[in-house]
Amino acid sequence: MCLAIPARIVELQGDNAVVDAMGNRFKAKTTLLSEAKLGDLVLVHAGFAISLVDEEEAKKTWQLIAEINDYARENS
Amino acid sequence: MLERIHKAQTLMDSACKALGRRINIMEVCGTHTVSIFRNGINTTLPKDLKLLSGPGCPVCVTDQGYIDAVLKLAEQDNCLIATYGDMVRVPGTQGSLETRNTKGNVRVVLSSEDALQLAKDNPEKTVVFVAVGFETTAPATAVVVKEAAAEDIENFCVLSGHKLVVPAMRALLSQKNHNIDAFLCPGHVSVIIGFGAFTEIAEQFNRPCVVAGFEPMQIIEGLGEICRQLAEGSAEVKSIYTAVVTEQGNTVAQKIIAECFEPVDGWWRGLGKIEKSTLKLKDKYSRFDALKRFNITETPGEDTSGCRCGEVLCGLIEPPQCGLFGKSCTPDSPVGPCMVSSEGACSAWFKYGRERRRQ
Repeated sequence: MCLAIPARIVELQGDNAVVDAMGNRFKAKTTLLSEAKLGDLVLVHAGFAISLVDEEEAKKTWQLIAEINDYARENS
Repeated sequence: MLERIHKAQTLMDSACKALGRRINIMEVCGTHTVSIFRNGINTTLPKDLKLLSGPGCPVCVTDQGYIDAVLKLAEQDNCLIATYGDMVRVPGTQGSLETRNTKGNVRVVLSSEDALQLAKDNPEKTVVFVAVGFETTAPATAVVVKEAAAEDIENFCVLSGHKLVVPAMRALLSQKNHNIDAFLCPGHVSVIIGFGAFTEIAEQFNRPCVVAGFEPMQIIEGLGEICRQLAEGSAEVKSIYTAVVTEQGNTVAQKIIAECFEPVDGWWRGLGKIEKSTLKLKDKYSRFDALKRFNITETPGEDTSGCRCGEVLCGLIEPPQCGLFGKSCTPDSPVGPCMVSSEGACSAWFKYGRERRRQ
């Protein structure tokens, strides 16, 4: 459960952001990553951005998450 | 890409040859475990190189006593239990949150903010946030505790089961019968704590610690780097997950953890009591501590008879060596936590356990 998800900040007001990960939009806070700006790709975990991440790395992680979701589905 | 795989495999082969014995590398992250099995990485390793799935899944290491405390709270009419989805199926001594949710007062949340919002939306109930997870998850809890304090949201509290990775690694290496040669260190925990946090493990215990990401190439190259060190007889801390992991980590997150929590001795399933390994709310936030609010004493739980999750988590046995594995304990009807969690070693073995080896 320590996997953070790369997502792009599509709205930002104060430390309240809306992020987009693989087409899913959800709320996230930037309290732990004050340098985060609108348009940045960030790693989000438990509703908080914890790190900036570049495009290439984000793509790799999205791919992995898709695989892990398949795995969890096959396993349930 | 093939060249990089070949290079890593050469390093692995050289280490096996140089040491002339079985090499055990432990991964301490449930996501690594899943990626290793899912991508069949274990089947590509030399026969003398073994991967052990350590205590890297927060659900799996949560002591039965903690689960029992949560179940007790779930029975109270005035409580709402807010939990991450991972926890709802974990069996306590008597059932799980899923089976005991007869009153409909267990709610799955995706973030700590959702748990706090639940408290704001239900002022007549007390919301207990089941806060589990390693250092990646703990800052999210700390932020909402601070928010609850600032806004005086008195019907919110936290049952902290947050755990720290490095004390667990130290405890494993302090066991007399351990067989761990090196650690593949967790990626996103390291985003928070920084790879520098593993220095004490490398220096005091002379064990290589390499931080890697979760995609197959990262894991293979991480194992290659560990093998390079083992063959040379060195023990260094290194991160090959340079995209997001720095030496210092996320210092804002570390500060907020330190402001709200203090490390205390805590119980881990299978590993017993580990010194300064669990995060407890500091005195100034104790009014948000569910243990205090409900006057609960967490007593270490006894594991279910026959379940060997503890030995699995320490890397002492592989899941099929447990008598329950695949018989009375399956992903559909799990007995132990390593089978419940999709990140658990037993669940991964059940799905992908048949091993083949590179010749």
